[in-house]
Amino acid sequence: MSRVRRALRRTGRHRGLLALLVVLIGWMAYPPHDATGEAIWPDMRQQQDVFFERAQYGILAAGMTLVILTGGIDLSVGSLLGMTAMCFSIFVCWWHWPAWAAVSAALAVATLAGAVNGLLVSYGGMQPFAATLAMMVFARGVAKIVSNGAKVQTGLGEGSPWIFTQIAYTPWLRFDMGGLPLNLSVAALLFPLSIVLLWLISRYSRFGRHLFAIGGNEEAARLSGIRVKLNQVAAYAICGLTAGLAGLCNAARLDQGDPEAGGTFELDAIAAVVIGGTSLMGGRGGVGLTLIGALIVGYVEKYLSILGWSLPARLMAKGVIIVVAVLIQGRGARK
Amino acid sequence: MAGIRKAFGGVEVLHGVDFDLRRGEVHALVGENGAGKSTLMKVLCGVHAEYDGRILLEGRPRRFGSPRDAEGAGVAIIHQELSLVPDMTVAENIFMGSEPTTRLGTVDHRRMRRDAERLLAERLGLRIDVGRPIGELPIGVQQLAEVAKALSRDASILIMDEPTSALADAEAERLFGIIAQLKTSGAGVVYISHKMEEIYRLADRITVLRDGDLIGTATSDELPQEQMITWMVGRKIDQFFPKQAASPGDEILRVERLSFREPGTGKVLVDDASFTVRRGEIVGLGGLMGCGHTELLGAIFGRFGQVPRGRIEVDGEALPFGSPSSAIRAGVALLTNDRKISGLVLPMSVLHNMTLAALRRAAPHGWLRGGLERQLGEPFVDQLGIRLRSVADEIGTLSGGNQQKVVLAKWLMTQPKVLLLDEPTRGIDVGAKHDIYEQMNQLAAAGIGIVLITSELPELLAMSDRILVMGRGRITAELTREEATQERVMAAAM
Repeated sequence: MSRVRRALRRTGRHRGLLALLVVLIGWMAYPPHDATGEAIWPDMRQQQDVFFERAQYGILAAGMTLVILTGGIDLSVGSLLGMTAMCFSIFVCWWHWPAWAAVSAALAVATLAGAVNGLLVSYGGMQPFAATLAMMVFARGVAKIVSNGAKVQTGLGEGSPWIFTQIAYTPWLRFDMGGLPLNLSVAALLFPLSIVLLWLISRYSRFGRHLFAIGGNEEAARLSGIRVKLNQVAAYAICGLTAGLAGLCNAARLDQGDPEAGGTFELDAIAAVVIGGTSLMGGRGGVGLTLIGALIVGYVEKYLSILGWSLPARLMAKGVIIVVAVLIQGRGARK
Repeated sequence: MAGIRKAFGGVEVLHGVDFDLRRGEVHALVGENGAGKSTLMKVLCGVHAEYDGRILLEGRPRRFGSPRDAEGAGVAIIHQELSLVPDMTVAENIFMGSEPTTRLGTVDHRRMRRDAERLLAERLGLRIDVGRPIGELPIGVQQLAEVAKALSRDASILIMDEPTSALADAEAERLFGIIAQLKTSGAGVVYISHKMEEIYRLADRITVLRDGDLIGTATSDELPQEQMITWMVGRKIDQFFPKQAASPGDEILRVERLSFREPGTGKVLVDDASFTVRRGEIVGLGGLMGCGHTELLGAIFGRFGQVPRGRIEVDGEALPFGSPSSAIRAGVALLTNDRKISGLVLPMSVLHNMTLAALRRAAPHGWLRGGLERQLGEPFVDQLGIRLRSVADEIGTLSGGNQQKVVLAKWLMTQPKVLLLDEPTRGIDVGAKHDIYEQMNQLAAAGIGIVLITSELPELLAMSDRILVMGRGRITAELTREEATQERVMAAAM
């Protein structure tokens, strides 16, 4: 056992990437057979599907990483997603606002909610778990009250709103790569885009460095001249913004505003961050690692669903993955 | 202990060390950080179960697989970082893991309290309420509780690792008294410390380790201090305190009537303090623990968030206090007295710690550039003599002395006009201390104004151009370099 441990220790920072490769190679070596008995390989079509299906979780996970890096957590992202989806669909379907207004206003609501989280944690001195738990419950209430619990859709015979189609299916981003249809939608692209943008910010901006410092040692960061409270508010606000983006994608994909949207999504977001290797104590990890975590979950989900595993069974599998991932990380152990 | 070898992951850190302890002896174990003292003691007290070599207790070979084994054999260790649970009571902490039980198997709290009280009163001469949460008591008392914990296990071998690092003088004296008692009762004490005065006062014999090797063992009479230092460091250090003559320039810091109360309790921490510092001058701040000097520097730096009363001028301009960021911008830097808590971000690399207070310099247009950052940080490695493999190493892997140098580098990178140093050489080894003194000289020569807090009087007297003594928040005396003696400083401090 200790030889395994020693070998694992040498892999160090690249553990996540190796795990991802293991998953992919495993898929290639043991392709799952679907209901018709056909073997499904991890080809472009499957990759597209994974990105498309996991887009919302991935966007949430990207923003969540920033908050977790500061040593906090945001339990409200799922509810913020739902709240934003509701607001967005009301703006579009009921009030017929122009697309730019609906998008901006919905994102503004989400960002504001995130900022409130941040204010509660930083200036209010609340524990992040408690503050965002409160927001989670509150925002879900908002999502349900704005439409009296009903789903928000366009009227009969009106067809899907233009902006929904643009976001979810983006007809002008359809390519044909030698017989293989490639439909890049805005919704799917927002996933890698938010990862890249937030990765750049966390790694190469002063703000990003501040977040690592705050998570690593808040007192030392403060005494080094970092405005801790301000940076915290910003981190939570950005997390809210990503939840808003995911909410837009959700409404667009479902072609309606669902008050229950985003139900347990915060758990997937946190799972992706943890599996990727970012420490929940803060100060260690990064957005790149979260991408790996999100993809690992995505591929395994896809694999198991092709095999026909039920949703509850896949949930159990996800739980096992989290435990295995953290154990392998080793440092994830209680210090 | 004979021929002890220990390796971590292929790297040998102890190369066959011998060490023996006699009954009723205080045996000092000295060496720079990383010399292997802690590792050797961890082998002795069962923390490291795998090692080469032999341990003999009273002539019989023993091998400890765990700290509990060692405890059972009478070996107890008092760590530098106390192993107490702040929210639990004194009694609970003392008997942690070996609580007296009732017949039903539950913890017998009454007996525990009585035993704790008796233990503290009889063996340590301490009468306190053992029902209070231990975190509420002053650190000196906490340390004594830790000693009581060891005594309650009937230890015949007591290992003390830097026991006085957090103690005030009076409390340290009490500890020395207890050590004397332990000697007469036949116990053996291994005393790890960097403080020369203590070593020569307490120790019967001294063993010096360097880089995992045993350099030598001698009685404290046979081993003069210079020789011991040479053994520890491996090179001759001619003058321990390399102070150069100062030619101070004009005023760089002016503090007028600074007063500061503790938020919440309103207790006066700094009372109407006024002083100036000139360019190139080192002003020492002396006083006993709790005299307010740490708070004075903290208030100048804007550490407490609350705005103190009074006026501060840096280089002629008023300093708007209340936040570290405005202090840094005005050219003030504060090196705190507890690097682990307020100086270092442990998960980060050495380089990132260095640039933390001066990120604007590494990110000219808002984006951090790796190459530029390294260019800013690497020169300090040579300048301060920091021993590491690469600036990308995690700072937790460095020894205390090197960590302190990194913190110093961080502040130097902000190009300060005034450098406030609070216990800059606390808990670091002799070689690193010397390097920091050299650095202070160079900085003073370059025109930086330095304020130095240190609880080691020889250091205070040797390095300061002027000494201000504080007591109960007020500045009680100002002594020039010529006037200052240990007695005068102590007198003014009381």
